[in-house]
Amino acid sequence: MPADLRLEKLRKEYASPENASSGGPERATVVAVDDVSLEVEKGALVTLLGPSGCGKTTLLRMIAGFEEPTSGRVYFGDRRVDELAPNVRDTAMVFQSYAIFPHLNVYENVAFGLRMHGVGKSELTERVGQVLELVGLTTMAKRAPSQLSGGQQQRVALARCIVMQPKLLLFDEPLSNLDAKLREQMRVEIRDLQQRLGITSVYVTHDQIEAMAMSDVVVVMNAGRVEQVGGPREIYARPVSRFVADFIGDANFLPGVLLDARTVRIAGATLTLADPCQERPGANVAVVARPEAMNLARATDQDERAAGTLSGTVRRTAFLGTIARYMVEVEGLPDLQVDVASPAETGLLAPGTHVSLAPGALHALADA
Amino acid sequence: MLRRAWQELRIIARDPILLALIVAIMAALVVFVVWPLARVLVTAFQAPDGSFSLANFELLGQRRLYRNALRNSLVVGGLVGLVGVAIGYIAAFVLTRTNVPFKRVLHTLVMLPIISPPFAGAISILFLFGFNGLVTRQLLGLTNFSIYGMHGVVLSQVFTFAPIAYLNLRGVLAGLNPTLEDAALNVGASRWQVFWRVIFPLSLPGVASAFLVVLIESMADFGNPLVLGGAAFPMLATQAYLEITGSFNLARGAMLAGVLLLPSITAFAIQRYYLAKRQYVTVTGKPTASTSKIVSPGAKWLLYAVVVAFAVVVIAFYAVILLGALTRVWGFDYTPDLRHFRYVFAVGWETVKDTLVVAVLTTPVSGLLGMLIAFIVVRKRFPGRASLEFMSILNFAVPGTVAGIGYILAFNGPPLILTGTLAILVLNFVFRYVPVGIQSGIAVLRQIDPAIEEAAQNLGANAITTFRRITLPLIAPAFFSGLVFAFVRAMTAISAAIFLVSANWNLMTVQILNEVGSGRLGVAAAYSIVLLAIVLVAFGVINLIVGRGAEDATSVRF
Repeated sequence: MPADLRLEKLRKEYASPENASSGGPERATVVAVDDVSLEVEKGALVTLLGPSGCGKTTLLRMIAGFEEPTSGRVYFGDRRVDELAPNVRDTAMVFQSYAIFPHLNVYENVAFGLRMHGVGKSELTERVGQVLELVGLTTMAKRAPSQLSGGQQQRVALARCIVMQPKLLLFDEPLSNLDAKLREQMRVEIRDLQQRLGITSVYVTHDQIEAMAMSDVVVVMNAGRVEQVGGPREIYARPVSRFVADFIGDANFLPGVLLDARTVRIAGATLTLADPCQERPGANVAVVARPEAMNLARATDQDERAAGTLSGTVRRTAFLGTIARYMVEVEGLPDLQVDVASPAETGLLAPGTHVSLAPGALHALADA
Repeated sequence: MLRRAWQELRIIARDPILLALIVAIMAALVVFVVWPLARVLVTAFQAPDGSFSLANFELLGQRRLYRNALRNSLVVGGLVGLVGVAIGYIAAFVLTRTNVPFKRVLHTLVMLPIISPPFAGAISILFLFGFNGLVTRQLLGLTNFSIYGMHGVVLSQVFTFAPIAYLNLRGVLAGLNPTLEDAALNVGASRWQVFWRVIFPLSLPGVASAFLVVLIESMADFGNPLVLGGAAFPMLATQAYLEITGSFNLARGAMLAGVLLLPSITAFAIQRYYLAKRQYVTVTGKPTASTSKIVSPGAKWLLYAVVVAFAVVVIAFYAVILLGALTRVWGFDYTPDLRHFRYVFAVGWETVKDTLVVAVLTTPVSGLLGMLIAFIVVRKRFPGRASLEFMSILNFAVPGTVAGIGYILAFNGPPLILTGTLAILVLNFVFRYVPVGIQSGIAVLRQIDPAIEEAAQNLGANAITTFRRITLPLIAPAFFSGLVFAFVRAMTAISAAIFLVSANWNLMTVQILNEVGSGRLGVAAAYSIVLLAIVLVAFGVINLIVGRGAEDATSVRF
């Protein structure tokens, strides 16, 4: 069975604005999406994650049909759709600005798509009713959009899409206009609904936490290209590039030399990698050390340095509630960020304290 | 270039109705805007045998009459522009930047000439200053005074077009951030300096723009010169008309129309492509308390007096028209009498009906077409988009006389004969008055998130359904002002219409001019009152149908 959504070397070029007026034959172009290929399994939620300008929204809009690919193909199942107008593609999109029809009430907003498809009156009433119930807006049906809160508007936008039972649900940074608390709540709601209904979904976001919390698969994009495709745990634990490691969560990059597939020498200490590295022994590598995966302890004087630890000095201390964030200076390394959980119970280390550091969950990258 | 055009065409072709619509609009614009204009120019440059010739234009050098007509039109246009802008500026300043009483009333009064026939002022002036005028004959006992000539035309045009300058400048002055005044005063400038060094320079592009708009309107004006110009004071628009209807000389009429076209198009191009980009108006949507501190109380009340005086003139002129319509024989027998109205409803009823039919057909077509073109121009990408936009607003710059002559030249013979029909009037009005709707439509559309329309498409609506169900309701204010404008203009139009009316289809404005011409001022006044009443009722009806948006209608450029 073919994947629900398949992108084949999808590419989008724009005329570069500063050269657009000169109009010469070799007009410079900006590549917004650079030959992206991707497959999405039925029922999966895939996020396109990346910084602004990485091409994720353009890619989504090409799937919906709002942007014309310069080259490449889009398939829904085995049906090619990139030549189709957006209104016949059978996708439903939740827009960043919600794009709720301001002159229609909640009920009519949700019913709009069904009316466009000529759905009969009784079926329409039933389906709209069901969906409004699903998103908890039954009592709001007659309200005008301007009378709704941000979260309610968000639900209208969502209801308007799922009532269509589309082949593909598209989300364009739908939560970026909500405050932090509501964002978290909607995140859970959306994921819940999506899984319950089993609608294949593509979700664009620049928020890595959102991406990891919601996705089956995360597609990390940078400068129009796909950097890495994988499950949330995989891209966090085994990033393929410095960009991915840096963009997903916080990361320290420790310069080291690979001894063998599993061990690496960093600042005089020999440390163990969490997963084998394919580089040949002797190669220079950058080792990713997550701040929360480093075991930090006050150094005792008589202690000989234990194998697999680094020693350093605390330079800065910040209490962030759930964690304490330290900046630790280790000779021969850039300053390291170390996070320690539950500082309220364990107490804080003052700047100047000598410490020993045992980094875990290390992952080596070929040093670029 | 070509590749992109092809690409855009392919995308548009996915929505066949949209493609068909674009092609149809394009074709209609070519046939009903470009073709008549081209016919005027071709005819102007043609010898009787059909070959290319400059002979018609050589007449401009040889004939004093034509030279004078050109000079008079330019001089009057310039004068009316200066005086009209001065009055408009004062009114705009007083009514937007100072705290004076009765601002809303004054605003309405200053605007009133815009919605009446463009020569209502001329009729009043005849009542007051004509040979049997109330002021000149009865009060002053003058027997040798003539209102006909330049002074009459200028007086009447200032009355007619100062409101247009006011409307243009109102937006400009209201848009200037009042903190600029505070800042200038704060660094030690005197009030006088603040005005001449800060406020006036900032509003200068708007002033120049208003001047050019009034200049265009004045040169294109037909009714006032015809009523008040007199034989000794020829002007271009009326002379072109006389050449065609009096001497049946189409070539010379076309030549004069061509001469009229040149300054109009130039002024339009400067106004649109140069000045419009230099206006320092920023709409932030943030209401600012914009009471100006730069006028001393003395100066403020002096300026206020000017505005009140203009408003009084407006009231007086309309009162005179109303009285004239209700008086047996003005100048001789002032007995109140309804005979003029009886005449209008008995003899002239057909004309009233014709006018209504034309206006009622023109209004929705022009309004919808305007919104549709605005939608297509702003939201769709296709080859020829720029030329479509250009063609659709080109008529803004074309004087009515030129458009009228173009229509009789273009549709008097095969392949499309429309002379004497209802269609020629409606088509002419639709395409002449659609630019205002387009421009306000474009302005409103640019403020609406395109994602709303994308959402509709995404949910299965094609381009036309999206327009009908989503875009149109959202741009209702612009739609409303487009409708109002089209209706008012269709009711009050004269310069193009006078060439296109026939025994079967006559218009009230043309009839008013005929009555003035045959000396039946009372009947002309009665027609004018009926016309004004219809326009006011239509305002209400359109407002009821389209709903909200009455506020925005006043912000549109008439």
